[in-house]
Amino acid sequence: MTENNNLQEEPSYLIDTGKRKGILAWLTTIDHKRIGLLYLWSIMVFFIVGGILGETMRTELYKPGQQFFGPQTYNAIFTLHGLIMIFLIVIPGLTVVFGNFVMPIMIGANDVAFPRLNLFAWYLYILGAAVVVISQFTGNGPPDTGWTFYAPYSTQTHTNVIAAVSGAFILGFSSILTGINFIVTIHRLRAPGMSFFKMPLLPWAVYATAWIQVLATPVIGITLLMIIAERVFHIGFFDPALGGDPILYQHLFWIYSHPAVYIMILPAMGVITEIIPTFCQKRIFGYKAIAISSLAIAGVGYFVWGHHMFTSGMSKEAIWTFSLLTFLVAVPSAIKVFNWVATMYKGSIDLKPPLLYAIAFIFLFSIGGLTGLVQGALATDIQVHDTSFIVAHFHYIIFGGVGFAFLGGIHYWYPKMFGRMYNFRVANIAWCFLFIGFNLLYFPQFIIGVEGMPRRYFDYLPQFTTAQQVSTIGGYILGIGFIILIVNLFRKNGAKATANPWGGKTLEWRLASPPPMENFPTPPSVPDNPYDYE
Amino acid sequence: MDHIELQRDDIGAKLGMWIFIFTEILLFGGLFLVYAVMRHRYMADFHLASLQLNTFIGALNTIVLLISSMTVAMSISAVQKKDKRMATILLSITLLCAVIFLVDKYFEWGHKISISLYPGTDLMQSLKHGYILFFSLYFFMTGLHMLHLIIGAVILIVALVKIRMGLINDEHYVLLENGGLYWHLVDLIWIFLFPLLYLVT
Repeated sequence: MTENNNLQEEPSYLIDTGKRKGILAWLTTIDHKRIGLLYLWSIMVFFIVGGILGETMRTELYKPGQQFFGPQTYNAIFTLHGLIMIFLIVIPGLTVVFGNFVMPIMIGANDVAFPRLNLFAWYLYILGAAVVVISQFTGNGPPDTGWTFYAPYSTQTHTNVIAAVSGAFILGFSSILTGINFIVTIHRLRAPGMSFFKMPLLPWAVYATAWIQVLATPVIGITLLMIIAERVFHIGFFDPALGGDPILYQHLFWIYSHPAVYIMILPAMGVITEIIPTFCQKRIFGYKAIAISSLAIAGVGYFVWGHHMFTSGMSKEAIWTFSLLTFLVAVPSAIKVFNWVATMYKGSIDLKPPLLYAIAFIFLFSIGGLTGLVQGALATDIQVHDTSFIVAHFHYIIFGGVGFAFLGGIHYWYPKMFGRMYNFRVANIAWCFLFIGFNLLYFPQFIIGVEGMPRRYFDYLPQFTTAQQVSTIGGYILGIGFIILIVNLFRKNGAKATANPWGGKTLEWRLASPPPMENFPTPPSVPDNPYDYE
Repeated sequence: MDHIELQRDDIGAKLGMWIFIFTEILLFGGLFLVYAVMRHRYMADFHLASLQLNTFIGALNTIVLLISSMTVAMSISAVQKKDKRMATILLSITLLCAVIFLVDKYFEWGHKISISLYPGTDLMQSLKHGYILFFSLYFFMTGLHMLHLIIGAVILIVALVKIRMGLINDEHYVLLENGGLYWHLVDLIWIFLFPLLYLVT
């Protein structure tokens, strides 16, 4: 159980041992660990851009009336903010960082099934991002449609929709290729003796996510092509003047974009499921329930898309059905929350930064999830649709959930990735700023949303001013928290990390920190239980 | 060395290709969904508009693609039997079928374009809604299919070159299998397109 694979003999994956050196070695790598880091740096850069856009909106919203820029600019800003955060950060997010870096090691593999395709997918990601950025500066100006590109506005506006949509299409292709890669990896490259039910739960989460990536993304692919065809050739699918139906766009869009939110959350839940047993030194409660619930969320998630369209004019039967299924899909998520809490019960709690993020995740995700049910109920949704209640809900789930899980995962696997520890006190301080700032930023938006504050508006009635100001201040506190976090993690002056600084049981903790290029020269011995603490 | 040796896994490669094929089916699925909705809405006009299409050429294309699917499958058997010459002949027939398909399409589309019957023209926009949507779907679906046919043909050309070079042989032919699988997908999509577009009368 304590094999010391390559602890001192082989150079780490961070050292260039091949023909090429430096940047070129990284840009031509097919090592899943390096590709994971390529994604991590890219995501960090794009997150800073997207975050600044968010802070810019918050600054404009500090007082009613126009402060710094007008509605056209505001619309372009929230469009780009959404595009970056959704397509460049949270959809790829944990899958491409931790799915790439950690998952193959956890299943005892030396790499993914298609390493060159893996690098190609990263290049597509960068290309898609570049096209989205270019859309800001070419044509008749940056798109102002929102990241949702609803017809008929998106087919008629003069802004540069085609470029933005093309970027999203390329990003979708990258997502599909990663999904294919991970499915085949998990089917074909598990170490001898590691059956599906002896896999840790992060690979389970990544597996379920990969199936959604593969089966849902093509639908938005074709929908985006239809937008382009409408703008260029006037095909008329969404244009009533030619016989089409704009609601058809909404259906097609959400048939992907709802499963997409499960692409975002499932790997996040997988990361939380890895952190909690380690810092409670206790076997995960309900392993099979968590594994199956990942698949259940992936499956049922395909059937709830209409809950984004309750006010668009569907029949009573349709909205009842979508509402019922929406409530059903909440059940597997709730099962996971119970299992995490049950794991912590009577565990030997070690409140290190990763666990702080995991606990914050459970709290913030629960708020986000419960407010999702408010939206899933038909009558209440009529009140809150298109208000800042929705904005608060999805930021709690995506930012409070996926975002905090991402940060928890970074703090958990940082020693493994970089071979150094970091300062816990500063990490905890950053966490405080993030947690407090986050709640100040978004909680007031629930309240004013119910009171009628619309979303995507650059101006508002004076009665919402106090809440908006609290929210903006929260946003700045959040921003400070990120600065502290990033500076702390970039300072490479922590102690050298041992192979297993946290006492984890999954296979990555048997490798040196950082691991050598070849993970397992000989296949590892696979324990009967991946969380073998007792 | 700067990377570990890649281990060959033919089963994994085929699994990956099958999953990619699912994604392609879903890509076209979105179009089929739009077709279903619009046909339901404009049933009579879809019937009438479909009369403008040349069913003979459509049927010819169907047979051509079916033959090409047969020959690409046979070429795999030929490679397994180490018959390089037969594999080359069969793949060449497949590619010839692709060319015939494209030539037929050139005549079909060319005719429509010459009478201004394509999306965006004044003539098109003056027609009834069902007609407009039928032709939009016709051009979009057959156009996207044509693009995939060309991609499939390129993959098979690469396979043909590799057969000639001996890189695809009786011990190592997963690229040809995957290319053949992709070609079958292209054929399958057409098998659905043909009745839905040409035979709705």
